[in-house]
Amino acid sequence: MTAHTEITAEQLRERARALLTEHDPKKTERLEFLRARFDAGLAWVHFPVGLGGLDAPRALQSVVDAELAAAGAPDNQPRRIGIGLGMAAPTIRAFGTEEQKNRYLRPLWTGEEVWCQLFSEPGAGSDLASLATRAVPDGDDWIVNGQKVWTSSAHLAKWAIMVVRTDPEVPKHQGMTYFICDMTAPGVEVRPLRQITGEAEFNEVFLTDVRIPDSQRLGEIGAGWQVAQTTLMNERVAIGGNAIPREGGMIGVLAKKWREHPELRAADLHDRLLRLWVESEVTRLVGERLRQQLAVGAPGPEGSGAKLAFAKLNQAISSLEVEFMGEHGLTYDDWTMRRPDQLDFFGREAGYRYLRAKGNSIEGGTSEVLRNVIAERVLGLPSEPRVDKDIPWKDLPR
Amino acid sequence: MTSANLLYTDVEDDLRASVRSLLGDRSDPNDVLAKCESDQPYNLELWHTLSAELGVAGLHVPEKLGGQGASLRETAVVAEELGRSVAPVPFLGSTVLATSALLGCSSETATALLERLATGAITGALAVPLSTHSGAPFPDSVRATADGTLTGRVGAVADAVVAETLIIPAIGDSGPELYSVDTSADGVGVSPLRALDLTRGIADVELAGVRGTRLAEPELADGAVREALRTGAAVLASEQLGLAQWCLDETVRYVRERHQFGRPIGSFQALKHRLADLWLELVSARAAARHAADTMATGGADAAISVATAQSYCAEVAVHAAEECIQLHGGIGMTWEHPAHLFLKRAKSDQLALGRPGQHRAALAELVDLPPS
Repeated sequence: MTAHTEITAEQLRERARALLTEHDPKKTERLEFLRARFDAGLAWVHFPVGLGGLDAPRALQSVVDAELAAAGAPDNQPRRIGIGLGMAAPTIRAFGTEEQKNRYLRPLWTGEEVWCQLFSEPGAGSDLASLATRAVPDGDDWIVNGQKVWTSSAHLAKWAIMVVRTDPEVPKHQGMTYFICDMTAPGVEVRPLRQITGEAEFNEVFLTDVRIPDSQRLGEIGAGWQVAQTTLMNERVAIGGNAIPREGGMIGVLAKKWREHPELRAADLHDRLLRLWVESEVTRLVGERLRQQLAVGAPGPEGSGAKLAFAKLNQAISSLEVEFMGEHGLTYDDWTMRRPDQLDFFGREAGYRYLRAKGNSIEGGTSEVLRNVIAERVLGLPSEPRVDKDIPWKDLPR
Repeated sequence: MTSANLLYTDVEDDLRASVRSLLGDRSDPNDVLAKCESDQPYNLELWHTLSAELGVAGLHVPEKLGGQGASLRETAVVAEELGRSVAPVPFLGSTVLATSALLGCSSETATALLERLATGAITGALAVPLSTHSGAPFPDSVRATADGTLTGRVGAVADAVVAETLIIPAIGDSGPELYSVDTSADGVGVSPLRALDLTRGIADVELAGVRGTRLAEPELADGAVREALRTGAAVLASEQLGLAQWCLDETVRYVRERHQFGRPIGSFQALKHRLADLWLELVSARAAARHAADTMATGGADAAISVATAQSYCAEVAVHAAEECIQLHGGIGMTWEHPAHLFLKRAKSDQLALGRPGQHRAALAELVDLPPS
């Protein structure tokens, strides 16, 4: 424990106002303002001083955001750089050298440098630790060969966080190392991966003799799994900070259509609609309850189920929506192969929502893996016997 | 919109701890099972301790009317614990339904009766079939003459078997009225039915020209019954949560211990995934039940939607939990000697009680403007 007292909300507001005075957003170029905000420690207040923060409680970030938004200040388009903010940044903060933190965090936060994630492989999905992309030392560098997949933003990214195998002679969890990969380096090839929706949100990334300096290694050699856990934990922490209104999600789209189109209503659809309305409402209340628990500093395990519930609901509601549309449900709005910057559930039609929602129970941990996590960590049920635990990676059947 | 407090307060936690400790000592599901086929399946000694000593009979009754001056939130916490132990006490019939109906009356006779119920001096029951939904028309199976003589029959009245007084909705000359009669009065017949639920008695009530005490005139009677049924539905959601909690806890405990194929059966994903899904249902049921209790306690505009949502959801979670409990216990779950069937029987009956989930959804359709056609 230190004698250091934490900064208050009022002090943060003062600092935000001082920033606005020194760098009037109306007269300052966007990037210049964002850099100034980072340097003032108002980027992510829970980060250390000098790295965009003020060692303040994370909950106070909303105070700064509100103050700056009210003055019309530009933000860093957080949805566009979600992987950098949500996954790369906490990992670099936890495992990076001082030099790495100083090099990467500022342009990451301002959005000057976009980040992507090179974890999953064609042969390593739920069993990420079985990954096969190899890195071999060569002087002060590493030479990387392999293939990664499901990489959103790879075509926009300057950097990637990446886990690769550096020692095939030891069991799978022990032989991995975590790197920062330059996506513009020779040998990195990004190809769009077209999805069942017609568009390509994701990419496959082929790595052929890619040279990575050892200075871009994050954590110890062989500690890649532990470092990756930090990244993945932060992926699942992302629970919305704001209360969702009733009918706030996908159910709102369907309820609105139901009200607007009496000619499409049918008895068999009605009870399904109401069941889904009830489930959506109850899921909303679970989120509300979780927020109340967090507010009094007593988070329950309820968050573990949030993604599971979200995926199930989105799939069931979009499925019903297609049926409700009758004749129009037989059509699709656009099969064009496009590369959207970010997911747009609501700007598209029912068929798109139906197809895209299929991914909700696969991406970011399949629903099956999440059920295992709940069963083992919340309910305390024993894990399945692990047949591959003590076998060197190179001897695993694949 | 949602300013409802969905957590448990410290006071509620303390209340839960006392009720749970008492039930643990005096009403373990195995004890309940042992007595469920006896002459007196109700545990009236336990009921006396709960109602008169612990004060649970008057939690949501104002102090000036003889109650504890707490709210329906606390009553709901007690219901959770009673559900968790399938305790055979007339809490739903007396404390929730009869008491709430009296809260909707203003006559002196009603107030006097309310005080006796709230202090646990006597036990009551509301003479409506347990399956009645709050949206149903006012019951018309009992007729009242101008001098208060009651004639008629009401089926499947919860907890009437152990009630000393019955609160009776009846149709009088100018419409709906509310009466009370003592079950010991001449012309009152209470015939126990063989119930699916072994831990909550239901009975047919026969009134053959019995002189009743009028509690409420037409202007209050209809609302009092409706509000009592809605209050019952809200509290029932918490009971269902408690039932489901026992079923999940017991099942998790069992699958960790039971070995087949050389390992605990709880290590098989086929079972783990079902239990993870059930856990998520339970988490959701808790949020729904708390929301219903809080909105009813504060009288928020949201109460009707909240209760319909909670009943539609929690009724099915309780049944699902009890069914999973039986299935995942395998053969032992099918035996009379294991108490799991008490929970299945209660959960299935509760699904019909105070409106089926489908009836609550139909009510919801109107409340949230999603009409059927």
